[in-house]
Amino acid sequence: MSRDLLYRSARQIAADVRTGKISAAEVARAFLDRIEATDGQLKAFITLSPIAEPPNPAGPLAGVPVVLKDNLCTRDVPTTCGSKILRDYRAPYEATVVTRLRAAGATILGKTNLDEFAMGSSTENSAFFTTRNPWDLDRVPGGSSGGSAAAVAAGQACAALGSDTGGSIRQPAALCGVVGFKPTYGRVSRYGLVAFGSSLDQIGPITRDVADAALLLQVIGGPDPLDSTSLPDPPPDYLNQIERDIRGLRIGLPKEYFGEGLDSEVRARVMEALKLLESRGATLTDVELPLTPYAIATYYIVAPSEASSNLARYDGVHYGHRTEASGSLIDLYARSRAEGFGPEVRRRIILGTFALSSDRIDAYYHRAQRVRRLIARDFERAFRLVDVIAGPTSPTAAFRIGEKAADPLSMYLCDVYTVSANLAGIPGLSVPCGFTSSDLPVGLQILGRALDDLTVLQVGRAYERETGPMTRRPPLPAPSS
Amino acid sequence: MELVAGIETHVQLKTASKMFCGCAVRFGSPPNSLTCPVCLGHPGVLPVLNRKALELGMRAALALNCRIAPLTKFDRKNYYYPDLPKNYQISQFDVPLARDGWVEVRSEAQTRRVRIHRAHLEEDAGKLLHEEQGSRSFVDLNRAGVPLLEIVTEPDLRSSEEAYAYLSTLKSILRAVGVSDCDMEKGELRCDVNLSVRPPGSTALGVKTEIKNLNSFRYVQKALEAEFRRHVAELDAGRTIVQSTWLYDPDQDQTRLMRVKEFATDYRYFPEPDLPPLAIRDEEIEATRRSLPELPAARCDRFMREYGLSEYDAQALVSERVMADFFEDVSKATGKPKTAANWVVNEVARILNEKKAALEETRLAPSALSDILSLVEAGRVTAASGKEILAHCVDTGRPPAELMKELGLEIVTDTDEIERTLDGIIAANPKAVADFKGGKDATMKFLVGQVMKATKGRVQAPKAEELLRKKLR
Repeated sequence: MSRDLLYRSARQIAADVRTGKISAAEVARAFLDRIEATDGQLKAFITLSPIAEPPNPAGPLAGVPVVLKDNLCTRDVPTTCGSKILRDYRAPYEATVVTRLRAAGATILGKTNLDEFAMGSSTENSAFFTTRNPWDLDRVPGGSSGGSAAAVAAGQACAALGSDTGGSIRQPAALCGVVGFKPTYGRVSRYGLVAFGSSLDQIGPITRDVADAALLLQVIGGPDPLDSTSLPDPPPDYLNQIERDIRGLRIGLPKEYFGEGLDSEVRARVMEALKLLESRGATLTDVELPLTPYAIATYYIVAPSEASSNLARYDGVHYGHRTEASGSLIDLYARSRAEGFGPEVRRRIILGTFALSSDRIDAYYHRAQRVRRLIARDFERAFRLVDVIAGPTSPTAAFRIGEKAADPLSMYLCDVYTVSANLAGIPGLSVPCGFTSSDLPVGLQILGRALDDLTVLQVGRAYERETGPMTRRPPLPAPSS
Repeated sequence: MELVAGIETHVQLKTASKMFCGCAVRFGSPPNSLTCPVCLGHPGVLPVLNRKALELGMRAALALNCRIAPLTKFDRKNYYYPDLPKNYQISQFDVPLARDGWVEVRSEAQTRRVRIHRAHLEEDAGKLLHEEQGSRSFVDLNRAGVPLLEIVTEPDLRSSEEAYAYLSTLKSILRAVGVSDCDMEKGELRCDVNLSVRPPGSTALGVKTEIKNLNSFRYVQKALEAEFRRHVAELDAGRTIVQSTWLYDPDQDQTRLMRVKEFATDYRYFPEPDLPPLAIRDEEIEATRRSLPELPAARCDRFMREYGLSEYDAQALVSERVMADFFEDVSKATGKPKTAANWVVNEVARILNEKKAALEETRLAPSALSDILSLVEAGRVTAASGKEILAHCVDTGRPPAELMKELGLEIVTDTDEIERTLDGIIAANPKAVADFKGGKDATMKFLVGQVMKATKGRVQAPKAEELLRKKLR
């Protein structure tokens, strides 16, 4: 099968399947071959799914091969969350987004690697293995949805779903040179997404172009009676409204997103992209997000607090890993959890438990919630002046495996430009905007008003239209050394 | 010393399904048959509030004269226990559904207001079953996620009788407004009490202890008495009371130490991020308030005023809404409220008690008792026969007139037949007849008794006496 199919858009594959030019099974075969040929090096997959009966051949995603981050529940294969504690866990139900993908005709190829329970920015926290960056196998793909981003970049899948609690869709998308979109909080049902930070978590698409992201959002978005935090109104038709002239569009550049810590090459690529948009009629305006320096601290209180409670259920009693050692009930809990959770997850559970404890909750959790509201207000103020806010997705391009693994704080700083969108509940998109001199992709981040996912997608699409489809392909399979 | 007590009651709200998922609520189902991924706490599931639970919680709170919070929310109460699948319970912490209510409690001669501190919604946990031989434990999660309303009083109770009366009143109110059946045997109502003592006249509160897992109102009363005795004895002996939790042992009639509270458990409450805050509109509150039926206390007063019932009868009737409704139906149909009350409180209650059945579980309709009372009133059956018919109605639900005929209980009105019977009695009792004629008037009673016996009560005694006197004159 031609390499062209592997990099064809979801829109095109679905159209070809609907018109009978190619069958869903042929498409699936081609991608499975690609996975076979590359995943030994890439290590994007935790589990391959059995390819089920021919999916809906008339659906909007007819025959489109999609992969799922392995924190989305499926009935057919385990949902591990990249954790030993759920290594053999098989969910008795299916996530709403998965049901919607299947109903739209998508073929689910498998479940991709992630940092354990989505806690991390490199997949190095996966209990199983580290996924490689398809552009440089010695580097991380970003995280936590690193497996999903790597698979899409490497042509192992046409599209993927990830989850984004503090940047976990956008940052790996940037590091792997693909499109990643975190919708407005509540736009996509979280039912069946294994919870990390419930008030921050949002599922979103990882694709090779913005129009495909719009198409996937169309399919997975919309109200869900099983998620009380899902937005009640039906989403607009993103795909049909994606093309838009950006003349007169006001783009805000927060100076806090271009300061210390930003790699000069990343800055250069992002500025080139913004100048291109300006040359097509958009205006660039400086805006202020003065609370940006507090975003990481706020995030690393709110998210672990919720996680400490969300992860309490993994106790060895009802399902998941149970210690072999005998002892009291407390021993059963303590040993099962100590054996089942990796160090980063343990660290965050301890952080969160501390931040919620009765004599600390005012100083930490409650204060963080107040700062969180102020951060949201920062954005509201800025969005009175501009239509979208743009800047780098990640301060650096992909870093080397092991480079930050020993230093959690430097790893946390990978999220410096992305966490605010989760704290404020606003939509954020990462679009590839070129490469560094070492051939590593750079991502442009576009943030929008809450509920205004459409404008964000339109701006990303406008940029993509100007630059044309990405023709560079990652060097995979790489010659073995 | 004065007893000061407060009561926390967990009441199961009468919903068809659980609080945050669609699983049915049914007592006595096979273990873990009423479960789903949500109430089993699987990864990735989310709670969805059962609006009926909120509605019933509001109903109960309004019936207890509480203020409903215009904006309320759910919180997570975090603790590890195998009957709690998520290892947190969805409850309400700092903004409960309702606050500041009161219940009027009548005990002995006085009526006092017991203040309700707060009432909040929460989900129930599952049940642990421990092997009798061996060390294994089993978990049944049928009850996990069943909606509860926790009702907490202020420390306003001053005697064990008052505690008993409070619980009886609470139960009758909750049953009257239809929010719970309050069947303690099914765990639909559970209470924990706390108690402290102080010198009479003092307003300060002493150190309190808690008594848990009390499964009847009588045990609440006895446990409070036992714990009161213990407090007084400790203080008399110069010792101090330590904050602690106790269990009541009914066999020994004393409390046993369960645990000493060295430090409070840290539940790390925080707002449940999976459930948006709940705004309750004034119109919603007012509509619920308007939909409440007449409450037992008001109904009791009305029964005394309107029907001239004694407080005892009125109180007995209103404690069960179904009984009170039944009484009112019979009373209206017959126009004889006192007779109706008398029959309901004594006869109907006695039969139900013997059968250990609730009125609504039997086939007795108000029209049946009305018919029986009419038959008695019209002199077609004696009161004794009426009671016999009533017992049959409870079992069969058949019309009383039919039962009367079938059982041969209709009073004999055919004068010839009565005369023949009397003649027979006179002939058979020559000595009594002679005594009577000789002036021993008391013998008449014996002769009437013989008539009743011979006719199985189908002749009215005054009628028999009148005819006998005529014959023996």
